Amino acid sequence: MTAIYQMSLTEMSHRLQSRELGVEQAVSACLERMEATEPDIGCLLHLERETALQRAREMDAAGPDPEQPLWGVPVVIKDVLATKDVPTTCGSRMLESFVPFYDAEAVDRLKRAGAIILAKSNMDEFAMGSSTENSAFALTRNPWDTERVPGGSSGGSAASTAAGQTPLSLGTDTGGSIRQPAAFCGCVGIKPTYGRVSRFGLVAYGSSLDQAGPFARSVEDAARVLQVIAGKDAKDSTSSPEPVPDYIAALAERDDLKGIRLGLPEEYWGEGLESDVDGVCRSALHKAQELGAELVPVSLPHSPYAIAAYYIIVMAEASSNLARYDGVRYGYRDTSEKELTRMYFATRSKGFGREVQRRIVLGTYVLSAGYYDAYYKKAAQVRRLVREDYQRALQDCDLLLAPAAPGVPFRLGEKVEDPLQMYLTDIFTNPLNLTGLPGLSLPAGLGPETGLPIGLQLFGPSFGEEKLLQVAYVLEGALPDLPFPRGVDK
Amino acid sequence: MPDYEAVIGLEVHAQLKTRSKLFCACSTVFGEEPNRNTCPVCAGMPGALPVVNKKAVEYGVKLSQALDCQVNDRSVFARKNYFYPDLPKGYQISQYEHPLAEEGQLEMPVNGSMRQVRIVRIHMEDDAGKSIHGAENTSYVDLNRTGVPLLEIVSGPDIFSPDEAVAYLKSLRNILIYLDICRGNMQEGNFRCDANVSVRPRGRPEYGTRTEVKNMNSFRFVHKALTYEINRQIELLEDGEQVVQETRLFDESSGQTKSMRGKEEAHDYRYFPDPDLVPLSISVRDREEWSRELPELPLSKWRRFLRDYALPEEAADILTGEKDMADYFERVVACFGEPQTVGNWMISEMLRELNEGNISASESPLAPEQLAELLRLIQQEKISSKIAKQIFPEIFARGLDPETYVEEKGYLQITDESRLQEVVREVIAENPDEAASYKQGKKKLMSFFMGQVMKKTQGQANPKLVDQLLRSELGG
Repeated sequence: MTAIYQMSLTEMSHRLQSRELGVEQAVSACLERMEATEPDIGCLLHLERETALQRAREMDAAGPDPEQPLWGVPVVIKDVLATKDVPTTCGSRMLESFVPFYDAEAVDRLKRAGAIILAKSNMDEFAMGSSTENSAFALTRNPWDTERVPGGSSGGSAASTAAGQTPLSLGTDTGGSIRQPAAFCGCVGIKPTYGRVSRFGLVAYGSSLDQAGPFARSVEDAARVLQVIAGKDAKDSTSSPEPVPDYIAALAERDDLKGIRLGLPEEYWGEGLESDVDGVCRSALHKAQELGAELVPVSLPHSPYAIAAYYIIVMAEASSNLARYDGVRYGYRDTSEKELTRMYFATRSKGFGREVQRRIVLGTYVLSAGYYDAYYKKAAQVRRLVREDYQRALQDCDLLLAPAAPGVPFRLGEKVEDPLQMYLTDIFTNPLNLTGLPGLSLPAGLGPETGLPIGLQLFGPSFGEEKLLQVAYVLEGALPDLPFPRGVDK
Repeated sequence: MPDYEAVIGLEVHAQLKTRSKLFCACSTVFGEEPNRNTCPVCAGMPGALPVVNKKAVEYGVKLSQALDCQVNDRSVFARKNYFYPDLPKGYQISQYEHPLAEEGQLEMPVNGSMRQVRIVRIHMEDDAGKSIHGAENTSYVDLNRTGVPLLEIVSGPDIFSPDEAVAYLKSLRNILIYLDICRGNMQEGNFRCDANVSVRPRGRPEYGTRTEVKNMNSFRFVHKALTYEINRQIELLEDGEQVVQETRLFDESSGQTKSMRGKEEAHDYRYFPDPDLVPLSISVRDREEWSRELPELPLSKWRRFLRDYALPEEAADILTGEKDMADYFERVVACFGEPQTVGNWMISEMLRELNEGNISASESPLAPEQLAELLRLIQQEKISSKIAKQIFPEIFARGLDPETYVEEKGYLQITDESRLQEVVREVIAENPDEAASYKQGKKKLMSFFMGQVMKKTQGQANPKLVDQLLRSELGG
């Protein structure tokens, strides 16, 4: 029999609703799994053990609510999403003591769907990073190889879900922070269309790029989570009124890929792919063809400029978004300084880590008088061209298909000293955020050389999550099933 | 010594009278306990997002329409970045490249002629909080005002004297009050103004170096500050020195402007479009609806008062200077007619009482219908206008019905001919010498007799009737 922690969300939810499984039982099993795996992977920053157990007992007493699709399901939330009465640190010393009195809309929707928050997960400070090594508090390790990074910035959530701590978690994706760690840890991750999920309570990094989305161990599970968190929120002006389709119903609509045109952007399939990535992804392409998909070469000619434009825009926005952490109202303050300006300097120098400071300085620079036109304005123009590239390619195809990252998870510490190398690990995921389009990362198999998970990503048209999930679901059925990660199941 | 000309441009910040703040649902009520009117959005908590208040947009568009501005189809909120403890987000949400409206004008009467001042732009922004500096080097921050909607109205450099500057501000304030979108109180800070000032030899087309003058909290201070600053700049040029581009603060106690920061210390605000807010587009339907709702504006009302009521300009100035006053006037005229009489009464008698009680016409205890009643009593010669003026302060303060009051107090004029005849005969009998002089042609004595009759009747005799009776009794 499957251990409770190994259950998919779909199975666990079914058993909870039918009372074959008690909520307290499910929560306890997840807590036990956390205890067993945390020493190896360290993906959690804060555990809500007592409140979660208490809530579980109350729910068991009240009995299941069929109206709540996630009734009794334990979840993990990336620490960048505000959770009422639960610490929300963003992996930063600056917010070490910060406890919000409000929930992020995505969190609130999970709660209203019956989910129980078990823990907050580790991340790169303020979501700035690609390996979760920029956390001020913990080092998270890849559950497949604990000497390697889990990816980032949502590395804590990805590792947690992959290791079976809970069936699902939430992450955020500003430049690949869901898709890349999903690929590195061997789980499914979705970056929804910009505006699909409310950003209220998502502590802003790059406001025009940030989106929250789910991690799960299967496409179906991820679809169930997206179903709950998607939709217009009056508290977020950039959230979309576009109706949310029935994603689960859409999954049942096809069992092959006949008539589906999958575009292969040449910029993603050329030189520079590590051989495991190349091999696993190409064999996935064959599977897609066998399922009836038509593979179409496409070009996204402005891709070489996308990463520069991405970093200019995200840093510019970050420099402004992080201005509120000034030590005046909440969070860390250096109390040794009495004069205002000196207090600001001391607080922000000590409260923020190096990478965050680097991005604030660069972002401030590109917005400065005399540089704005050369940097920010130019980047905004490039952004439009990149978006047009994707839209043009998607006129001709249903979806685009690419590797989620050029390489396998790298070793801890390997790139921390070289920020540029670190930035380049996101080269396959950054451009999509400039376009606002949705993306999904799916495990394509284990690399024959490294034995590490390899991720494949699908890009869809605006609000095309339905198609994205449908195709991923069919493809998933044909791709090799991943076992539980060996790093945590010795 | 060459003749100099001052060139002034004004930036006005008008706080809007919306119930809630510009980007959140917090109340804008003034005078609450510090930090009571706050929420995650206006307090700049992590993850909170702004949502624009449509009422504030409506008010902004209405002012733009009232000032003949071009309302942009699409305007963009931008972040103005700087650090200050009363600015919780670390940026103000304002508009920069694409403001709400541009290219309008304000037309105003100055010293008997009409002047036009261009409006360069009108944009929306949220207000900062308040820093309160206490004893022992402690400071406090009150965020109640943070996020209250403001309109910034930027004039062209079309104002050439302190008098014109004050006239412009008064006209603009009046328009805001007519639109009922701003309280317009400079002391309370809901109508604030900064000035860009330069001088140049008259006739020269180029502008001189300008300074920005801040902290002028009343019309009087605006006048004082600008007069000082213009003279300061002229003196510098006269002495062969240069005006330095800088921001200067007006100091109320000394009446001088003092340097606050120079050009090199000027902030770099790093404006960029706020990614949390979608561009503001105002539908044609809203625009048309709001335009239909515009009330008659001060200048039109002024012109109409001149035309329809044949009032002198000065009277029209005063009566349309406050919307309440104009409304009151028209209600009295509707009941009574005779606009000039009504105008005179309001300006000479009522305004004094209003000022004394520091209230507006709409708060007058005496209803317009009651004032009309009082004027009717004079017209019908039931009381003399002298009596009316005498009793006015009391009936005004207590909002008394004039007719009942004069009846109860016995102020009604004596129009009983036989009674007056008696008094007239008495007076003539008591003053035989004067009567004789009168009959010999000293007609001036008529007023003496009138005075005597009035004295005997406590001023209540109908003067016309007395005059008639005196003439017939004295012969001629």
